[in-house]
Amino acid sequence: MSDLQNSPSTAGQVTDEAPVAATAAANAPSAAATTGRTLLPQSTLLRHLVLLLLGAVAAVVILEITDPFTNSQLATLSFYAIAAGGLTVLTGMNGQISLGHGALMAVGAYTTALLLQEPDGALPLPLILLISVVMATVVGALVGVAAARLHGPYLAGATLALAVGLPGLAIYFHDFLGGEQGLRVRAPRAPESFESFIGLVSGANATSTKWLAYVGAICLLITYFLLANLVRSRIGRTWRAIRDQDVAAELAGINLGAWRVLAFVVSAAAAGLAGSVLALVVRLAAPSGFTLVLSLSLLTAIVIGGLGSLLGALLGSALLVFLPPWVTDRGIDFGLNNTEAAQLAPFVYGVVLIVAMIFAPGGFVGTVRLRWMTQKAKRAAAARAAAGSSGG
Amino acid sequence: MTGINVAFGGVLALTDVSLTVEPGQVHGLIGPNGAGKTTLFNVACGLVRPTSGRIVWRDRELTRLRPSQLTSLGIARTLQGVGLFAGMTVLENVMVGAHRHAKAGFLSALLALPMSDKDEKRLRERAMQALTELGAESYAGRYPGSLPYPVQKRVALARALVAEPDLLLLDEPASGLSEDEMHELGELIRSVVGRMSVLLVEHHMDLVMRVCDRITVLDSGKQIAAGTPAEVQADPAVTEAYLGDAVDVEADAAELTHTDGGRHHG
Repeated sequence: MSDLQNSPSTAGQVTDEAPVAATAAANAPSAAATTGRTLLPQSTLLRHLVLLLLGAVAAVVILEITDPFTNSQLATLSFYAIAAGGLTVLTGMNGQISLGHGALMAVGAYTTALLLQEPDGALPLPLILLISVVMATVVGALVGVAAARLHGPYLAGATLALAVGLPGLAIYFHDFLGGEQGLRVRAPRAPESFESFIGLVSGANATSTKWLAYVGAICLLITYFLLANLVRSRIGRTWRAIRDQDVAAELAGINLGAWRVLAFVVSAAAAGLAGSVLALVVRLAAPSGFTLVLSLSLLTAIVIGGLGSLLGALLGSALLVFLPPWVTDRGIDFGLNNTEAAQLAPFVYGVVLIVAMIFAPGGFVGTVRLRWMTQKAKRAAAARAAAGSSGG
Repeated sequence: MTGINVAFGGVLALTDVSLTVEPGQVHGLIGPNGAGKTTLFNVACGLVRPTSGRIVWRDRELTRLRPSQLTSLGIARTLQGVGLFAGMTVLENVMVGAHRHAKAGFLSALLALPMSDKDEKRLRERAMQALTELGAESYAGRYPGSLPYPVQKRVALARALVAEPDLLLLDEPASGLSEDEMHELGELIRSVVGRMSVLLVEHHMDLVMRVCDRITVLDSGKQIAAGTPAEVQADPAVTEAYLGDAVDVEADAAELTHTDGGRHHG
């Protein structure tokens, strides 16, 4: 955690490693020095829209070729990935740590659950999702204002308090928020256009599970589109400047507090949407769904995937969702009984985390990017050497 | 700045120091270690709030100055050391320096509107221009950590210059530079003076004497002399407090050599 924040004593110190390994995944430059060969268009909007379209096609293909159980797993993946995407922007790009994102998800989930309580005449789904985002954003802004003054372990402590305390509110206001039992969420019915769309694409049954998986995928794609826009813009660059060297950033005219709050708010908005999708997919908003473990899982997901990278957040979330069932299945294959096999999953997850920390501290994406940059530097050096020898 | 006092607890870091940087001039701030040069600099940047005293910039008194307001006031500063952003390319580092020239807001960035792209392009051109001016354009795509120290210093300077300040504060720009590089730096400082004033904290006396129009000398938080380089050099108080030390060191060294030589002979 400590290397997320540069302490003043190391500020400005010369390091011989190129970027800081832990956040290497976050360092996709916002400005290309030289425009290399690329098939993608120059405009950020067009480029990201192309990626969005490709992502949408991939989502439809994946959801249609997999069975209903995998569909529901993918829906789970979508809300983890939305929250992890928001968290990776906060932690990887801006250097703030949050152990309280589970609580922000709870805000989104309870808002959605309450709005869907009305037996009939409930608001349209996009509006419900939007209101959940706004609620989480408001709570995130309040926390962010406090968080902007805190560093490293203190920030972790403050957000930890949020993670532990906020779900408790649901128990305190049990008449309104359902107490320990939580609120059951009435899953919204799929519109008819969805049924005809599925009929057109694959002719499969347009089940409610499938509809929710699509809702998750759509939310995921929109969130990542918007986050990617921010990351690649001046906003992302400013966040990274604050992360790397706050004094220098401040002297460049950056109001540290305001920008830190902005990062927290953006991150909270993503968490709110994730919570809202979670409520729809799980069909329940209960305190037991938003324990500290949820916040910690998100953190491990972004660390394994590569801090600061949206792709990393997606990969880390995929690992979080698909690794435990896979390990359990392998365990049963090896002749363990169900209980033993289920206990194997957290163990393997822990081992993966430790191995990743030792051998790939930049996470998956960070490690690949560092490798690639080393290769590029080597090639450049070789080219220079060749030019030198031919010249001489 | 007039009558600046700074006390850290019971320690008086600066006592009644006054300093005026005239437009288009290079003003040197010198003094032995611990004289309070950097403290005065930090006061000018809002990093340290003076216990008493006034800071006036363009006929306006700056009260409750915050570091992040500096660039919008037209003041840029380099840090002692380099203070570059390690996780960002050289070009991006300089683009952060151009922060105050950015126009596109959060919403256009969120939706990746063409306006945001256009703004980025403008900042990129500005940054490249600043790098080219300092002869560092070939490093634009590199990360600062992989560059030699003098190049990093140039990048840090480019980051300050790209804000196009009216007053440039340089905190020990020559530290870690070789004789030749220091010479280049001197010429560079003289070349920017047409566009801005410079306040310079520096240890290297020859650089200070060469580039500065006026010099203020601090010792133990007090101003002991001010004037043109020639006046300051002639001031006995300065010789005693500052240059006197150098003579002593030489004398000590001579003594050492002598005893050493003596031992050798013996």
